[in-house]
Amino acid sequence: MRLVNVRPDRTVRLMLGLLPFVLLVMAYVIGSAARLAENPNDKLLPALSTLAQTINTLAFVPDARTGNYILWTDTLASLTRLAWGLGISTASALVIGLVTGILPVARAALAPVVTFVSMVPPLALLPILFIVLGLGEVSKIALIVIGVTPIMARDLALAAAALPREQIVKAETLSASSWLIACRVVLPQILPRLIDSLRLQLGPAFLFLIAAEAISADAGLGYRIFLVRRYLAMDVIFPYVAWITLLSVLIDIGLSTLRRRLFPWSEMAR
Amino acid sequence: MSTRRSVLVATLAALSAFALSPAQAQTKTDFKVAWSIYVGWMPWGYAADHGIVQKWADKYGITIEVTQFNDYVESINQYTVGAYDAVTLTNMDGLSIPAEGGVDTTAVIVGDFSAGNDAVILKDSDNLADIAGRNVNLVEFSVSHYLLARALESVGLSERDLKVVNTADPDMVGAFQTPDVTAMVTWNPMVSEILALPGANNVFDSSDIPGEIIDLMVANTAVLADNPDFGKALAGIWYETAALLTADTAEGAAARAAMGAASGTDQAGYEAQLTATRLFDQPADAVAFVTSPALETTMDHVRTFLFEKGLLGAGGSSPDAVGIEFPGGTVMGDAGNVAFRFTDTYMKLAADGAL
Repeated sequence: MRLVNVRPDRTVRLMLGLLPFVLLVMAYVIGSAARLAENPNDKLLPALSTLAQTINTLAFVPDARTGNYILWTDTLASLTRLAWGLGISTASALVIGLVTGILPVARAALAPVVTFVSMVPPLALLPILFIVLGLGEVSKIALIVIGVTPIMARDLALAAAALPREQIVKAETLSASSWLIACRVVLPQILPRLIDSLRLQLGPAFLFLIAAEAISADAGLGYRIFLVRRYLAMDVIFPYVAWITLLSVLIDIGLSTLRRRLFPWSEMAR
Repeated sequence: MSTRRSVLVATLAALSAFALSPAQAQTKTDFKVAWSIYVGWMPWGYAADHGIVQKWADKYGITIEVTQFNDYVESINQYTVGAYDAVTLTNMDGLSIPAEGGVDTTAVIVGDFSAGNDAVILKDSDNLADIAGRNVNLVEFSVSHYLLARALESVGLSERDLKVVNTADPDMVGAFQTPDVTAMVTWNPMVSEILALPGANNVFDSSDIPGEIIDLMVANTAVLADNPDFGKALAGIWYETAALLTADTAEGAAARAAMGAASGTDQAGYEAQLTATRLFDQPADAVAFVTSPALETTMDHVRTFLFEKGLLGAGGSSPDAVGIEFPGGTVMGDAGNVAFRFTDTYMKLAADGAL
């Protein structure tokens, strides 16, 4: 049989999928043991037991100084910023995308500026944001909004413009106004795309969040990583990276499920 | 079967190659030194650029590669994982990063101590006690944090009376100009820029705790023990460059101008920072400093601060977990786990002209 025709069954697929993870963990354990044998206080690759102990301290033991549970305080602070940033981005991207997608006049006025703004590297704006908006929450949320909105807006405008012209003409023959066409014909059809677009922007949004938290904060996932980096505390950094990854995956799965529930018909288009 | 297993082991070994091997202790001839930009460390960059490093390395038949890091913490981390044999750092960071990480570290050269380069700055008040209740922007767990702790002690306050906000050092000057920032602890060159702004008051600085924030050139103790010539070369480089730096000659002025330019200012700016620095350009002064009992008191303050912040002796119940050795062999803390050492060996050789 040719290799191109070999199809693994469910069990084999699962095992093949897990293999890279197992290899990574084994490589880590071997590397860690080798370094710890040489220097028992080594911090670069802590033993799995050290990692477990640190996770326990971070998540289930209140901090001696503040009485807070560090991991949960950081997670809450970061997710709050992320929710504000993505909420504002999604709402404004929907409005801008819808309007530029269906109104030629609005497209003429807005498309160049949106394209232009989407090309500004957001991290380069960070020093300016901190001076103009201060070091508080506003500048961190603003960074996410500036980084994410233009791309989502352009994506939605493309989706709106790609709808068959016949649908709009048909609605017009049924005497629909521009407002009605926007609300009843275009909007429902681009909402699934809005959720997909949001899913794709989760990664960049986390990037902007962590960059902003690294510069100035008193809580947050990015804040903690850049704080303990000063002490090479890999036993904190590794779990935090894994936790951020897990959060992103969960949010992604949640949004995907939401789209399937709200717009079951959109599955057929794929 | 055994072949296959060895293939597997080899693969895993290759995968774990990212586990850098710690600096190996043995006789060798090639050494790597890392430094970062700070008034008291600029001589290392100058020495590398102007052949002084080359000259002393040749004298001892070794090579020394000097690398400048833009990120101070990264340079210490690279030294701690074994990528460098020596690095410039402060006494506090030396104790809390490499020594706490089990890398036995020796201070080869005490280059200077901060006498005003680090400062607590308040907006619209010249009274340190007014810091109570404010948000204080600083680099958490840095010498700024230590300075703040010492400042608060002096007026009977504690960190509970205020809120610390971690802020990256390149953003300090900009941050001070925003309305919600009213208290800050930072170091030069930021301090001089911030104090030039309206409303900024220096309410406490490192000249109030002289000799506590010490800038060192440290090396891996095992590497140093096997290669004493490396330590001698470092001492030779330092005192030749420091003599040039403090010389009241055209050459000295040119050196100060070059170091000023390399640290983003000019000759006048650099000389202003030097006045806030007690530079040990005479080896005999450095020997006297490192052998005085005051150093033990300082290190006790530092290790207590680190322990209270959970940065030293993690999991232990006292700051004694990491032993600190002083010249003459006195050990503070666990004598079975000495990981930070002060020595006068190399500075003494320089003082005796025996390099």
